[in-house]
Formats: sequence, C-alpha cells, structure tokens
Amino acid sequence: MKKITLQEKTQVANELLEEIKALHTPGEQVRFMEVCGTHTVAIFREGIRQLLPDGIELVSGPGCPVCVTDQVYMDKALAYAAMDDVIVATFGDMLKVPGTHSNLWEAKSAGAHIHIIYSPLEIIELGKANPDKKIVFLAIGFETTIAVIAAAVKAVAMSGLKNVFFLVSHKLVPPALRALANQKEGHLDGFILPGHVSVIIGEEPYSFIPTECHMPSCIAGFDGLEILAAVRDLLAQRKSGQYYVGNQYKSVVAKKGNPVAVKLMDELYEVIDDTWRGIGVIPKSGLRLKGEYAAFDAERMIPLGPIESGGVPKSCQCGRVLQGLIRPDECGLFGKLCTADHPVGACMVSVEGSCAAWYKYGRASGGMTWEE
Amino acid sequence: MCLAVPAQLIKVNEFIGTIELTGVTRDVNLMLVPEAKVGDYVLVHAGCAVQIVDEEEANATMEAFKELEELEENYFAGKNAGR
Repeated sequence: MKKITLQEKTQVANELLEEIKALHTPGEQVRFMEVCGTHTVAIFREGIRQLLPDGIELVSGPGCPVCVTDQVYMDKALAYAAMDDVIVATFGDMLKVPGTHSNLWEAKSAGAHIHIIYSPLEIIELGKANPDKKIVFLAIGFETTIAVIAAAVKAVAMSGLKNVFFLVSHKLVPPALRALANQKEGHLDGFILPGHVSVIIGEEPYSFIPTECHMPSCIAGFDGLEILAAVRDLLAQRKSGQYYVGNQYKSVVAKKGNPVAVKLMDELYEVIDDTWRGIGVIPKSGLRLKGEYAAFDAERMIPLGPIESGGVPKSCQCGRVLQGLIRPDECGLFGKLCTADHPVGACMVSVEGSCAAWYKYGRASGGMTWEE
Repeated sequence: MCLAVPAQLIKVNEFIGTIELTGVTRDVNLMLVPEAKVGDYVLVHAGCAVQIVDEEEANATMEAFKELEELEENYFAGKNAGR
C-alpha cells in the first residue's frame, strides 16, 4: 500500500464500499467472523460496522489469548504465585483474569512475587538477577506470541540458566477455525483471518477452509481499508462460489509466513489437545514443550499437586460470545454485573476481549445501529 | 495481544537490534529474522522482530497510526453534526 493522504483514503474507502454494496444482495443476511481481537478493536475504532450495508454482520471470534485461557490455568498460576521461592512473570493483561477464588492482581496486592513484563525475553535478566528464585513465565498466546516466546525459550536454553520455566498454554488458531466452521449453531459465512498470526504461519495452514469447509476466508491487516478490502474479498468469493485463502495483507504476510519462526516452534513444541475457556477441548489446538526443552516446562519441573478448580460462573456467557453465538450485549451480565471495572468473564478483562470492546465502543455508538 | 508495529533498524549487533520508532530507540531481539540488516523495517511484537517489512508498507502503516486519530475525529465530527 502506498503512502496516501486522508482524502485519498476516504476515496478508496468509498470505492470499496461501493464494490461491497454491488457484491451484496440487499436483504441477504451474511455473517463473517473476525477471528482476531485486534481486528475487533480496529473494526470499532474505524466504525466499519456502521459503514457496511444492512445484512452484513461482523461477528467477533475467540481471537483474544487472554480470553480463552482456561480457569484451571489461572489457578495453577496462582498456586505458583503462592510459593515463596517462585516469581511469576506475566504479560500485564493476565492480572485480572479470574481464577476460581482470586486473580493475580489480588495475589500481587497481597504480596505475591508477580513481575509484569513487556517482552518474554526479559525473563533472562529476571532469572540472572534472582538466582535463588525460580521464575515461572505465563506463556500464553497465539502463533504471533508463540514465536516470540519460542525465541525466549531458546535464549534461556542457550544462556545456561536453570531457574527459568514456562507455564505453557499456547493456542493454535487454525484448529479453532475448524471447530468454529463445523459447529452446529451460529452459521458463519466466512472468516476474516488474523493478520499477525498469519505473519508467522503464512497462508497454507488455512487451506482446509476453502477445500474442506467450503467457506470464504481472507487475511486482513489492521487498517480500515485493509479490513474493508477483506470484506469485499469474502463477498466476491461467496458470490462466485470460488473459495480460496485471500490475502489483503501481502506486504507483511508471505505465503509461507516466517519459516525461521515455524521451524523453531516445531523444534520446541509438540501439538496437544487443549481446553479453551468457555468453549471446551479443541483437538490439536495446544502445544507443550518437548524433548530437551521439557526441562523448561514449569508443570513438569515444579509439580503442583492437585488443583481445586471450580467452573466459571454459570451465568457468564463468555463461551458463547467467543464462538460468535451471541453478541456481548446479549449476555445478561453485560454492563450490569460484568463491567470493565468488575469483570466477571475473561472477555471483559482484556482490552481486546469482545465484551471489553463492546463495552467501550459499542455502547458509545448507541448499541449497534447508527442513524444516517 | 497480537499487536505488532513496524520500525526501522538503526543498529544490529548479532541477535540484538536497535529500532527507532517516533523518536524513541529500543532494543529488539532478531532471532526470528536473522537476515535483517541496518536500514530494514521490521515488524515488532513483544520485543521481538517477527518479519522484515517492505519499506513502503512500513511508512503506510506508521502513517495509518498517525491518521487514525484524525480520521476518527473527522468521521465522528461529521456524524455528530448530522444528528
């Protein structure tokens, strides 16, 4: 994409919207899911929903790693935080994710050693500075973050540090897409694929979407124009019946992704079935450290014993929100018992959670409709 | 969470690079982009470069960040005025 002025951008947006209108039959209901939480926020910020013709619905998906982190995982993190000789290192957005009895924020306030970091690579310095402590890093995230954490695991292995461990709960996007495409409820007509996950994995891992699920899909960037271009691509695929993996973020997303990152992830991890908060087990959607790197797996090296974990509150609808079955504002708790200040479910915790985005932007625009 | 921003590499020292972004310099890990060199634009996520970016695209994206606020303001101002 060339450097363009605001005026040119508006013109391109108008052209894209004209094409979108031409590709959409008035009155036809079409549901596209934006899988990535960063897209959810960008769609709100750029007012994309208000620009699209009636009938084209953008549904938010499970693309917020914090939101899909299982409650049992949080309870394990809290159990580590309760150990005197452990420092838990974590991304800041994990602090308020509810565990069964508490969260990391409360544990930190009560004096637990919880260290917030921006980059996973900071754990090396943290490990060196605290030789008498064990560092347990909360390794969550999709492929974008997995690649960076894999680099950190490799760096720890190369450093010779013996006191740095990873509590791994990585989630893989393609298996989740397969589960969403096959779910009986909440029919979807196409996927807006996550831009920065695709930077790592490329186009190929999505190839089952057109061939097996017979659905349109398109990788998108985070600019309003790139999102509109993806919507146009999905509609064009739908209209022609010729499905493929579209790529409207080609300048950053290579067909093969980042082969160095993919190779490193293959070297370090093996694929396992994994539990997604509110959704349940998705086959082959998680990872764990394998071979010599198992020596950095917190759960194997610092055993925890049985963890008592309750379920998520029954009234919390995060699971159905994450699967695109209901909109956040259709949950009975939304905006009442569950708010950004007092989140009940994980989707309200992270800034990129569907509920948090709807709470922040959706209400300000008067629910979902905007008077022309 | 998967937010990533493009920035220019101004120094490379094996696996550690220094980027400049809106006047601020910061070190980033280059393990995932071993062929990156000084002058390249890289996409940075959580302190690590994850891809080398086309320069034109990097400029467009950085411009988009700056313009987003302006665009948002204009859009909402227009909408509100019409109400």
